[in-house]
Amino acid sequence: MLQSSSPAFKENARAALADQTLQKALGNVKAGFIGKRAKARARLPEFEDLRDAARDIKNHTLANLDFYLERYEEKVLASGGQVHWAATAEEARNAILTICRDAGAKVVTKGKSMISEEIGLNAHLEEAGLDVVETDLGEYIIQLRHETPSHIIAPAVHLTKDQVEADFRHHHDELPADRSLVEPEQLVAEARQMLRHRYLEADVGITGANFLVAETGTSIIVTNEGNGDLTQCLPKVHIVIASLEKVVPNLEDATTILRVLARSATGQELSAYTTFSTGPRRPEDLDGPEQYHVILLDNGRSQMLGGEFQDMLRCIRCGACMNHCPVYHAVGGHAYGWVYPGPMGAVLTPSLIGVDEAGHLPNASTFCGRCESVCPMRIPLPRMMRHWREREFERHLSPKAVRFGLAFWAFFARRPALYHRLLGLKMRVLGALGRAQGRFNALPFAGGWTKHRDFPAPQGKTFQQLWAERQKGGAGS
Amino acid sequence: MSEARPNGSKGQIMAALRRSLKREQPAPEERRLLEERLAQPRAGLIPARGQRDHAAQLDLLEEMLTELSATVARLDDAAEVPQAVADYLKSENLPPRLRLAPREDLRVLPWDSQPLLEVTEGSAQETDPTAVTGAFAGIAETGTLVMASGAEAPITLNFLPENHIVVLRASDVVGAYEEAWTRLRARFGNGTMPRAVNMITGPSRTGDIEQTILLGAHGPRRLHVLLIEDAEQPAAAD
Ligand code: SF4
Repeated sequence: MLQSSSPAFKENARAALADQTLQKALGNVKAGFIGKRAKARARLPEFEDLRDAARDIKNHTLANLDFYLERYEEKVLASGGQVHWAATAEEARNAILTICRDAGAKVVTKGKSMISEEIGLNAHLEEAGLDVVETDLGEYIIQLRHETPSHIIAPAVHLTKDQVEADFRHHHDELPADRSLVEPEQLVAEARQMLRHRYLEADVGITGANFLVAETGTSIIVTNEGNGDLTQCLPKVHIVIASLEKVVPNLEDATTILRVLARSATGQELSAYTTFSTGPRRPEDLDGPEQYHVILLDNGRSQMLGGEFQDMLRCIRCGACMNHCPVYHAVGGHAYGWVYPGPMGAVLTPSLIGVDEAGHLPNASTFCGRCESVCPMRIPLPRMMRHWREREFERHLSPKAVRFGLAFWAFFARRPALYHRLLGLKMRVLGALGRAQGRFNALPFAGGWTKHRDFPAPQGKTFQQLWAERQKGGAGS
Repeated sequence: MSEARPNGSKGQIMAALRRSLKREQPAPEERRLLEERLAQPRAGLIPARGQRDHAAQLDLLEEMLTELSATVARLDDAAEVPQAVADYLKSENLPPRLRLAPREDLRVLPWDSQPLLEVTEGSAQETDPTAVTGAFAGIAETGTLVMASGAEAPITLNFLPENHIVVLRASDVVGAYEEAWTRLRARFGNGTMPRAVNMITGPSRTGDIEQTILLGAHGPRRLHVLLIEDAEQPAAAD
């Protein structure tokens, strides 16, 4: 699995806050995502009802995950594909390497896949001598820089255009040194040109999956660039890596969720390419892969099922929670130290790599409740972060200062009535304290990083106002 | 049974899932309901905008496509396609060369009327500047084109060339995604899909550099739709 630096969240966050270039790039997150989502939502009157429907579909599927996965597998086999069940990251990596070796592969192209990051696939294939080429523009850029993604749908969101230009000049040294790369269009055109022949020389193409459809044995990917499609239709082998919870019953179910996915992610009505793949090339086809493999990865999901973190398995990786998170806006994705950043990462990461490694992350929250309010799958993220903090507290894993905050929190968390009664008073005191100091290091729920920054509040309100409003509304409880 | 397949840790994972779900198998009645749900897919909530009359759907499709930086030309008759293709390539300063999907209704068009146009059939090659394909359906809801792979529809044509011209019949335009699934099932059978179904919603784009949207990342930079207003009403969705 990818090594985590989650235990160092506070140090990571401190460094991120001091990094001027990063801060400039992070400005694009708010500017680029929040308004677009709001517009897309306003344009579709059925949006809130679709969120309910999407949640219900996933809940139904999770309650019958055993049944749907078996039916899904049957359909993949019937269409000539193969399914490899992997309990751990290591099993998944080995299964993929075996398929690549059997195909005599030298060059492997990849569409963006967070599961591939989760299992640390690239390093494993490269150690085995394969040439691994990321084709999503953001992934391509960070591969050049030997970095990991800092956002689940915009992997290079932590970089500025000038940084990308410098990387391209450094790595594409076969191109004329005096070429112009002033315009972003020129950077996109150059990446397009550099990657073109790589698609054609690849022996294996690896993609993730946004959905698996039990009715038909189909995997679905959603992209904007078209790189995922070139990755899967040109090489002779297509490997799909998907975690267990990606399955849905029918095409109609996938459709309902698709209606909220792109709108929540980028504010698009639908992403440019939604691609449904079912098995290998048919006898009459003129193109398409000769082999189609699906790696079904568990890596902790079966343990989340049926427990207090089951709701997290509804996540469709849209990124809305981090796009609207004041903590993410302030520190970026790398500070979280592992594959999944932001609120969804704060909940998911301890589930997947353990509370010892990632126990700090659920503290990386102001509990402003924005994440839950925008999550298309209505995942109660703040509540689940609280669950983790309680667990961490019980295990006394936290340093003393954090424990103090947690002790305070846990006391009230178990006494909701008392909590709510005291809340008005408490908030007034905290509000006054915050105003007096101009910052929030006195907030018992917020970790040490609050002393570095007054979190920019969305919609022009102060953090205190938002905080107090959320609490008065009882939201997130 | 499972030993014969290279299916890895299936047994272990299924056992873990069943432990978490606290059941061995769904109860017989539950299973019957699940089977039924799989076999008889029901449409969920369809947005009102996907349920207008057919003429309004054509307008909505055009509006959505235009918003996505695609272009649309309406033609009264498919026979006008070769001329329209030649005009488009000229207006965009593109080479008069195209790769045509080997689809009977495209093949029979009067390509001879455009002697300057070099037309080759087949799947896409690296040097093809432009592809001309049909479409299985158009979905007005979001201005989406649906391509179903097969002998007449090599999917590389949808992605490799820099320019994609799509010939879409008005009778193949539906309001909502669900109607396209109904038509797919009618054509390919229940529970069966062509190898690839590509929903295409505008030209290729990326926001990966400072969240600025730019066209033509890896797939087509230009998407041009020739909408043939054949008089036929869409086949009733059953
Ligand atoms: S938790 Fe919700 S908002 Fe966050 S990525 Fe998952 S689905 Fe999207």
